[in-house]
Amino acid sequence: MAAQKQNFFMKYLWSTDHKIIGMQYLFTGMAMALIGGYFAYAFRMQLAFPGAEIPLVGVVSPGEYNAFVTNHGTIMIFWVAMPVLIAAFGNYLIPLMVGCDDMVFPRLNRLSYQIFLISAIIIIASFFVPGGGFGGAWTAYPPLSADSAYNLTPLGSSMWVIAVALEFVAFLMGGINFITTAMNSRAPGMKMFDVPIVVWFIVIASILFMASVGPLIAGAIMLLFDQQIGTGYFDPRTGGDPILYQHLFWFFGHPEVYVVLLPAMGIVAEIITVFARKKLFAYKIVLYTAIATGVLSFFVWAHHQFIAGIDPRMANIFTVTTVLISIPIAEMCFVYIATLYGGSIKFSVPMLWALAFLAEFLIGGVTGIFLGASGADVYFHDTYFVLAHFHYTFFPIAIISVFAALTFWYPKMFGRLMNETWGKIHFWITVLCFNGIFLPLFVLGMWGQHRRIYNYEHFPELATQDMQNLRIFATTCLVIMLSAQVIFLLNFFLSLFRGKKAGKNPWRASTLEWTVPSPPPHGNFETLPVVYRGPYEYSHPDCEDDFWPQDAPPAEDPS
Amino acid sequence: MKPVATTRTAAGIQTGRLAVWWLLASEIVIFGGLLVSYIMHRLAHPEWADYASHTNTWIGTVNTLVLLSSSLSAVLAHHAAEQGDGKKAAKLLLATIGGAVAFLVIKSFEWTHEIHEGFTITANGFWAFYYVAAGIHASHVIVGAILMGWVAWQANQNRELQRVELVGIYWHFVDVVWIFLFPLLYIAK
Repeated sequence: MAAQKQNFFMKYLWSTDHKIIGMQYLFTGMAMALIGGYFAYAFRMQLAFPGAEIPLVGVVSPGEYNAFVTNHGTIMIFWVAMPVLIAAFGNYLIPLMVGCDDMVFPRLNRLSYQIFLISAIIIIASFFVPGGGFGGAWTAYPPLSADSAYNLTPLGSSMWVIAVALEFVAFLMGGINFITTAMNSRAPGMKMFDVPIVVWFIVIASILFMASVGPLIAGAIMLLFDQQIGTGYFDPRTGGDPILYQHLFWFFGHPEVYVVLLPAMGIVAEIITVFARKKLFAYKIVLYTAIATGVLSFFVWAHHQFIAGIDPRMANIFTVTTVLISIPIAEMCFVYIATLYGGSIKFSVPMLWALAFLAEFLIGGVTGIFLGASGADVYFHDTYFVLAHFHYTFFPIAIISVFAALTFWYPKMFGRLMNETWGKIHFWITVLCFNGIFLPLFVLGMWGQHRRIYNYEHFPELATQDMQNLRIFATTCLVIMLSAQVIFLLNFFLSLFRGKKAGKNPWRASTLEWTVPSPPPHGNFETLPVVYRGPYEYSHPDCEDDFWPQDAPPAEDPS
Repeated sequence: MKPVATTRTAAGIQTGRLAVWWLLASEIVIFGGLLVSYIMHRLAHPEWADYASHTNTWIGTVNTLVLLSSSLSAVLAHHAAEQGDGKKAAKLLLATIGGAVAFLVIKSFEWTHEIHEGFTITANGFWAFYYVAAGIHASHVIVGAILMGWVAWQANQNRELQRVELVGIYWHFVDVVWIFLFPLLYIAK
């Protein structure tokens, strides 16, 4: 076949194969994670040792500090969490898990990656234009973001807006592809409740994204025009309203939390069932819960604006909806714990990550209740308590569940196993250091430490030795955690060549992607599978093995 | 060659049509966000009615008629495509493209006149929304015309006839958006 003779460019950079595109997203996302991590290193070092010459960075100026903080958040959410969790694993897993040969629109898929890549290049390039990268925080509130007289980044701020808008377009295209593929291209016999939870969750996430991002796309155009043409959508002097931007942003921004949370939850569900050798507890309830979460997530956004001057009666309503949404999420965590109960648990590296996800995310969820209650939030707002809270949600989502997924599907993607011992060392250092970074920040936040401050020496009440010690401790943990990622990268790349051959199904899992060779060939299945049962039939009494592949025909009826 | 995935219809609806509906869903939210922002501003600023009184309702009406009638040939093209007559479908789509071009020509005369009068995008909040809402809509008209040209070219060779319907659905959506814009920007004074 001609396909075998493709050159490197056509095969790896211009491919329409969903697996290659998934890996393009994965490697781009990993590269962006290194940049986002570098930014975190730069500004945390500045906070711990103000004004010092930082190795590999130099002295951080106030403008650079703002640009690092802003783009750390932007990159980690839009160029790491989104591409890796949704695009990389969505692309890689959906066709394999629903039993078809590719996405329904392979060329649209390629285009979505290319637009995403352009957006990534623009956000990086914004650091090298006059004035430097945008520094108005990842939420980009006007008037700071709308007027270069305030933000001092005439080009950087517009490049930021354009990059984010292009990223949205890429994900809308990808989302249409995911939803349509999962709806229409399921293998014969695969009913709605036979679809693996991770596929369901990526699809629900894509729908949430699609239903929430539109107003912010419109808002991005308005912001861009405010910046470059001089319109005044968000400028009160010309009848505009800066709070409008906050509504447009958070109407997207809060569902976005669930856009990235749901795929992470799905990944954890897959891993927990495999390593507990048990059927997922209450499949349908998990699914309905996720849908309920999605619907509720459209009614909580104003909890980000409790002190922005919104009507206190509105704040009451949003307090209620916000506290309500913790119920379905807590329920999902309980369901996963119930799945573990009575299982034969094996603590392989992916399972460790999955369990760490539950443990850490729980802390993030519980601290969220303090912030969702408008009374408490008036005090906590814009402190490090908020920052620590959302890192306790986003770090499990964007980092822990990604490590879970990578270590779990690595043998499928590359045909070899990663080293377990080094995997465990990397796991423990990362998770312990993560808590070492953010637990002190909760405390600092409760002591009143505000976010987005370049140098606390300028604030005598925040510059006490106790507080500085906690900052230095958090920064030290960050440096150790970042260095530990070298272990992972070495393990990842060396295992590509030296790892033990994985075979088709190293984890003895029952979903369809494990029935094909590792790595799967172009077209995935030699003969397209037929599905007979749900995705989590582990330790079933009617099956000799402790897992029952979805495509194994039922035994002949003896009667 | 299309993958098998594209040809499957597990949800009982043809893949292309399903995708177009999801595309429209995402578009509805984009226009929805923009128009709700506009309406909120409009309600908060009674003086915008004075600014709006300078829009030309007659030109708006003519353009509404042009755009709506262009959908007729899109429907007829779909009918022809269903009967397998690709050449006829292509000709009818060209008529729709003609409507799109007429719409854009009229709009550009209208805008030129308004800009000369001093009603630029930075004049005030109303005109900012006026140009951006109509401008995003016009960009959809342009994209629709290009897509119809491409589909007509294929239909003329009797290839991918199902796309005639898909581009038609998209075109109806572009019409519907205008049906919202016309009263909001022109009639409400």
